[in-house]
Amino acid sequence: MENQFFVDSEFLSPAALEKKHRLETDPSSRSNHMEYRPGMEQISSDVRDKVMGQVASYDPSAYTARDVRVALQRETLTPDDLKALLSPAAEPFLEEMAQRARLETSKHFGNTVYLFTPLYIANYCENYCVYCGFNCYNHIKRMRLSMEQIEHEMKVIADSGMEEILILTGESRAMSDVEYIGEACKLARKYFRMVGVEIYPVNTDEYRYLHECGVDYVTVFQETYDADKYETLHLLGHKRVWPYRFEAQERALMGGMRGVGFSALLGLSDFRKDALASALHVYYLQRKYPQAEMSLSCPRLRPIINNGEINPLDVHERQLCQVLCAYRIFMPFVGITVSSRESASFRNGIAKIAATKVSAGVSTGIGDHESKYSGKESDAAEGDEQFEINDGRSLDTMYADMADEGLQPVMNDYLYV
Amino acid sequence: MDNQDKLIIGGHEFSSRFILGSGKYSLNLIESAVRDAGAEIITLAVRRANTKAQENILDFIPDGVTLLPNTSGARTAEEAVRIARLARELGCGDFVKIEIMRDSKYLLPDNQETIKATEILANEGFVVMPYMYPDLNVARDLANAGAATIMPLASPIGSNKGLATRDFIQILIDEVDLPVIVDAGIGRPSQACEAMEMGAAAIMANTALATAGDLPLMASAFRQAIEAGRKAYLAGLGRVLTRGASASDPLTGFLRD
Repeated sequence: MENQFFVDSEFLSPAALEKKHRLETDPSSRSNHMEYRPGMEQISSDVRDKVMGQVASYDPSAYTARDVRVALQRETLTPDDLKALLSPAAEPFLEEMAQRARLETSKHFGNTVYLFTPLYIANYCENYCVYCGFNCYNHIKRMRLSMEQIEHEMKVIADSGMEEILILTGESRAMSDVEYIGEACKLARKYFRMVGVEIYPVNTDEYRYLHECGVDYVTVFQETYDADKYETLHLLGHKRVWPYRFEAQERALMGGMRGVGFSALLGLSDFRKDALASALHVYYLQRKYPQAEMSLSCPRLRPIINNGEINPLDVHERQLCQVLCAYRIFMPFVGITVSSRESASFRNGIAKIAATKVSAGVSTGIGDHESKYSGKESDAAEGDEQFEINDGRSLDTMYADMADEGLQPVMNDYLYV
Repeated sequence: MDNQDKLIIGGHEFSSRFILGSGKYSLNLIESAVRDAGAEIITLAVRRANTKAQENILDFIPDGVTLLPNTSGARTAEEAVRIARLARELGCGDFVKIEIMRDSKYLLPDNQETIKATEILANEGFVVMPYMYPDLNVARDLANAGAATIMPLASPIGSNKGLATRDFIQILIDEVDLPVIVDAGIGRPSQACEAMEMGAAAIMANTALATAGDLPLMASAFRQAIEAGRKAYLAGLGRVLTRGASASDPLTGFLRD
């Protein structure tokens, strides 16, 4: 049973509705998703071929319990071992995988867990990604914060004790250009020790500019590595261009960023293949850029405004746990982030096994930190949320809960040099 | 232990030959390292101290313990120098452990950049303790650049694999006139003891304690192992017969005058 993503807003004009329906039903009306558009930098890289070559030949049903046992006994796992751990054959070994994952996590990270929060500064978007609350056909309150509003939000967040921030926007160059984001990041450097961005993919020189503005970490979600499926979910806008998105992390590293984050949105396509592709994307890029810090996350689909039915389909918590354990065992050194899309109980549990970073005090809306943090109604305009979060714990609560789990919450382990 | 047997680093004297590394921190670990392992030097990652959080690591360090800030996170000599200067500004003193890594997977040190940073920081009056891959030429260059000690790795950091580089560390001990502090990879007291028997000046460890079942007990085991190894080194190890007994009829028995 697939998700029913298409929702028509009564606020759309007949012409807009007609275009929307055509995009949804007539593939020939959509642009070539494998073709770079003017202005999109095309780098020379063999990483994509390496990753996708492995993914193309991956048959999860071909692996057996024996393959899983071999993988779990190996000290350094091969990509083929990872394939075994991601396969259905590994599901009965989940507890063993968790034990091994916990060992690897503790060897590399001790009992630390890093805390951060996202800050959405704009939710305008030029793309039609059918599962996303910000998509251009979804009728939501749109907003782009001014620098004064951004600074106010940052003060509220910094006052809560947060030291690491992830700046996000909807994907609209027209409404949130690189300079706007750069200025927001310069402000963020005043209030936070560490600044990351999760924005539309940009060219190397633009990543370099953002790095100079104080950003050191860039996260880009590929959503799904299955390019054919991707084409059916991202119907309009620059985000349709799959290869340009795939190469974003490499351009970010070429632009001088210290670290990059990767992810597929589980539930969009075959999650085992997407998990494999995400991990191998990290694996091959790490071999090419060994100094880079790499992190993975594993978001699952969540309900959005105007479509409360969206869900992660066959990716249940057990499968999610399997994927995260497989990531950890395959690549003990990578950071693993688990977002507020997941429940408090899942995040408490996975932080003891594989996760090294969790968000707290989260809002995916625009300009609403004061009302959310203080509970008081705000006069200021607020923009709608990207998706419904699951775990709404504040920083203080998360800090205390992580400590209660025997973990050591860390607010910062970073220097901008 | 002989009270005269001191570890001397950059003119500073220490009685303990156990140094706590910075990998995994907790209040319990620091307490045990000082109380049970006898640590007088504790490493601190400057980037972890760069916080306004409720639990700043600096607040954990007991009085009388020498802080050894490290430059973890540095990818070049230039970055290491900047971090070292920041440590001094933060009031961490003049000791600095140089860590320069261009590899996020194994965290192996970049020897060439480490030599450059050592020279700059030694000239600025730092007591420079460089973390390095055990290479004799590099060790000599570090000594010439003004290093106060050299800190070769025993095996990959956090691996608890012990003296994988044993023979090369022995060469450094034999050939370089600086204290050799074995850093990274020491997983058991017996491995620490062996390194001390070889003539290492001190042992740095963290993960071995942090991941032990009973932290205070493991900390005291390390203390005893390091002291035992040191005594054995000072005593001079007995000869080891490689095969069977000594020949009773020596080959040179035919010599007449």
